[in-house]
Amino acid sequence: MAIALVLVLVVVGSVLFHFLSPWWWTPIASNWDYIDNTIIITFWITGVVFAAVVLFMAYCVFRFRHREGNQAAYEPENKRLEWWLTIVTAIGVTAMLVPGLFVWNQFVSVPSDATVVEVVGQQWQWSFRLPGKDGKLGTSDTRNVSPENPLGVNASDANGQDDVVVEAADLHLPVGKPVKMLLRSIDVLHDFYVPEFRAKMDMIPGSVTYFWFTPTKTGTFQVLCAELCGQGHPLMNGVVMVDTPEDYLAWLGEQQTFAQLSAPQQVGSAE
Amino acid sequence: MVDVTPADAVPPAEVAEMELYHPHSWWTKYVFSQDAKVIAIQYSATATAIGMVALVLSWMMRLQLGFPGTFDFITPEAYYQFITMHGMIMVIYLLTALFLGGFGNYLIPLMVGARDMVFPYVNMLSYWIYLLAVLVLVSSFFAPGGPTGAGWTLYPPQAIMTGTPGGQDWGIILMLVSLILFIIGFTMGGLNYVVTVLQARTRGMTLMRLPLTVWGIFTATVMALLAFPALFVACVMMLFDRALGTSFFMPAIVEMGEQLQHGGGSPILFQHLFWFFGHPEVYIVALPAFGIVSDLISTHARKNIFGYRMMVWAIVGIGALSFVVWAHHMYVSGMHPYFGFFFATTTLIIAVPTAIKVYNWVLTLWRGDIHLTVPMLFALAFIVTFVNGGLTGLFLGNVVVDVPLSDTMFVVAHFHMVMGVAPILVICGAIYHWYPKVTGRMLNEAMGQFHFWVTFLGAYLIFFPMHYIGLMGVPRRYNELTATTVMTESAHDLNAFISIMAFLVGFAQIVFLFNLIWSIRHGREAGGNPWRATTLEWQTSETPPAHGNFGKELPIVYRWAYDYSVPGAKEDFIPQNMPGSFGSSREPA
Repeated sequence: MAIALVLVLVVVGSVLFHFLSPWWWTPIASNWDYIDNTIIITFWITGVVFAAVVLFMAYCVFRFRHREGNQAAYEPENKRLEWWLTIVTAIGVTAMLVPGLFVWNQFVSVPSDATVVEVVGQQWQWSFRLPGKDGKLGTSDTRNVSPENPLGVNASDANGQDDVVVEAADLHLPVGKPVKMLLRSIDVLHDFYVPEFRAKMDMIPGSVTYFWFTPTKTGTFQVLCAELCGQGHPLMNGVVMVDTPEDYLAWLGEQQTFAQLSAPQQVGSAE
Repeated sequence: MVDVTPADAVPPAEVAEMELYHPHSWWTKYVFSQDAKVIAIQYSATATAIGMVALVLSWMMRLQLGFPGTFDFITPEAYYQFITMHGMIMVIYLLTALFLGGFGNYLIPLMVGARDMVFPYVNMLSYWIYLLAVLVLVSSFFAPGGPTGAGWTLYPPQAIMTGTPGGQDWGIILMLVSLILFIIGFTMGGLNYVVTVLQARTRGMTLMRLPLTVWGIFTATVMALLAFPALFVACVMMLFDRALGTSFFMPAIVEMGEQLQHGGGSPILFQHLFWFFGHPEVYIVALPAFGIVSDLISTHARKNIFGYRMMVWAIVGIGALSFVVWAHHMYVSGMHPYFGFFFATTTLIIAVPTAIKVYNWVLTLWRGDIHLTVPMLFALAFIVTFVNGGLTGLFLGNVVVDVPLSDTMFVVAHFHMVMGVAPILVICGAIYHWYPKVTGRMLNEAMGQFHFWVTFLGAYLIFFPMHYIGLMGVPRRYNELTATTVMTESAHDLNAFISIMAFLVGFAQIVFLFNLIWSIRHGREAGGNPWRATTLEWQTSETPPAHGNFGKELPIVYRWAYDYSVPGAKEDFIPQNMPGSFGSSREPA
């Protein structure tokens, strides 16, 4: 008997927790509110199913609990009912899948006006590279990585000379402009994840992966690594600052290009 | 539906019975035994023992997450070793071994009406190789550098690099060797289970008269035989990468400023191999649970399982579909994004047969005569947690919804609810149900009630709120959450609450273990069929059943496994081996 009551309490408690608890997603700062909407649709459909199934169970346990002289019904099958339930389930599943795939199609279709930013992960820090005035990133290879060339940019590629290299520092992005993040790693798997942007993707050594988004709010956001990358994994934090266009240009002007960084350094006098 | 006179359906015996190997000494009777029932107990005891290690490891993790910085001995290295070993032990060495090696060995021969497994000697070897695999696994705790801390998914390249605990020490090697041994041992047992179900059923036991427990274990075993080879080759290849310097999974890598000698390999190939095993693995654990819980519900609600044939086809359908959904674990792995369309569709399709199973369980309760025994309570709790965990699977399976949630605590909460808590609740229910057959005595009811309530409510309170921590964006596999800005002060308090609950639930399992030992001597005498159940294991002439299971004559099966509360019959159950027609039994055929 207690179990019937507890089952009802599980449903009521779960629903109240969902609506009243302070734990909810961080405010969104990108264009992916479609994703949030799909999550909301999924919460409603699954929430209704959960409540319906568990409350039905609670009713059954209460109503059909054993009492002296009871006998269970004998009903091996009910084709009609089974088919109806199958069809209703299929409709519910479709109602979640169709919007999901619709938004996924947007997620994988990068707008043609997106600017490119390369993220390079290594144990346990983030570096970035932006195309220079030519708008093109030069080629790169892990084999080129050296203390002087931490991102492995191909020195013989003319496109790479004016690339802006931001080593182990904050990334700035202009607000309101779509950006395609090209993701690369020189050691193990990492995952570039900013909770407020809702998007993330693994970075694989030997491959270049990507995702795109449009930052919609200025501010400072924490970059987390979301793929286990060794014991420094939780400390692999970074910062993305979403700037107004003016602030962004000012920041960009202070950065150094690949050519500047790899020019023969003057030998300083010993201190 | 056709009304058949059951006695007509029994074919004559075609082949004579094979002589069983009879033990000559204490050693061959209790240690190197070829009796599937003894092997089942050996499997179960070993799995439970290593499971206790996993339980303690989970306590250590919860100490760190709930009260960060308080316990100095939980270093980052140790934390990653704990999560890795906890995950691998629970999934492979506890759940897989207990369901297939434990329940499979005990129940398959008894339920299909066979004297033993078809290849008893190979069956014995299967256990001893499993034990060896467990010992190799445990030895890594004592090896230089400790066990691997690569996460239970063992993703390269980090799994075999210095930045990961055990990566360049013994840890990862011992883990891979242990897995290889486990798969060899499992294959020996698995072939046995399949051949026994197909070839050794007693007269009259058609496939469509098998109890759903057997259908679940059988289908899971077939799946495991097809899925484990993918893990096997992945382990061998990674072992080569680590020990011989090959580059199956290793591209060009700069590690801490140093160019490694590897080049040209594909880390993502490992993920495909791993999840081609790993996803079916979820159902290798779930299908036996589905089958067992169907029989628990039917027996304790005194009602036939609703829609038996649909249940069988749902098991087979889920088993088949689960081989084409593996990449839903890899939506953000960087594989080609167009795969997302395919795998999201197949994944959500699998929800349909799964939902049918849930409907049929609750419709079995409808108009039943529900006895709220401890096994029944666990079965009900299973439905709650399984529905909860299954529904959050619809979030993660729907590719674009997975993008923000992937690799967060939401995933941890989801898979613990659906393939941790839910199957373990079934295991508990099943032990309360079959313990009287194994020992001849009932488990203590008061301890059982305590165990049930703390486990069910405690586990729900652990994992339900955890979803919301993940929804906030808190990543999984962080030993330190203080450094993340999404983690609020109140969420830290919630984390501490979860940790306290984890200790409580763990304690209840210790009470359960005590009950298991205490009741062997002090439990109430059970008799041969305390639950008044229909299936063959309850109709043995001796309890516990002797070697050979069924005395002189094998039982002959005249009806399906679910003739409960047949109108017009004298009792509210008719055993499968009872000849003659009773009342208006309508066996689906």
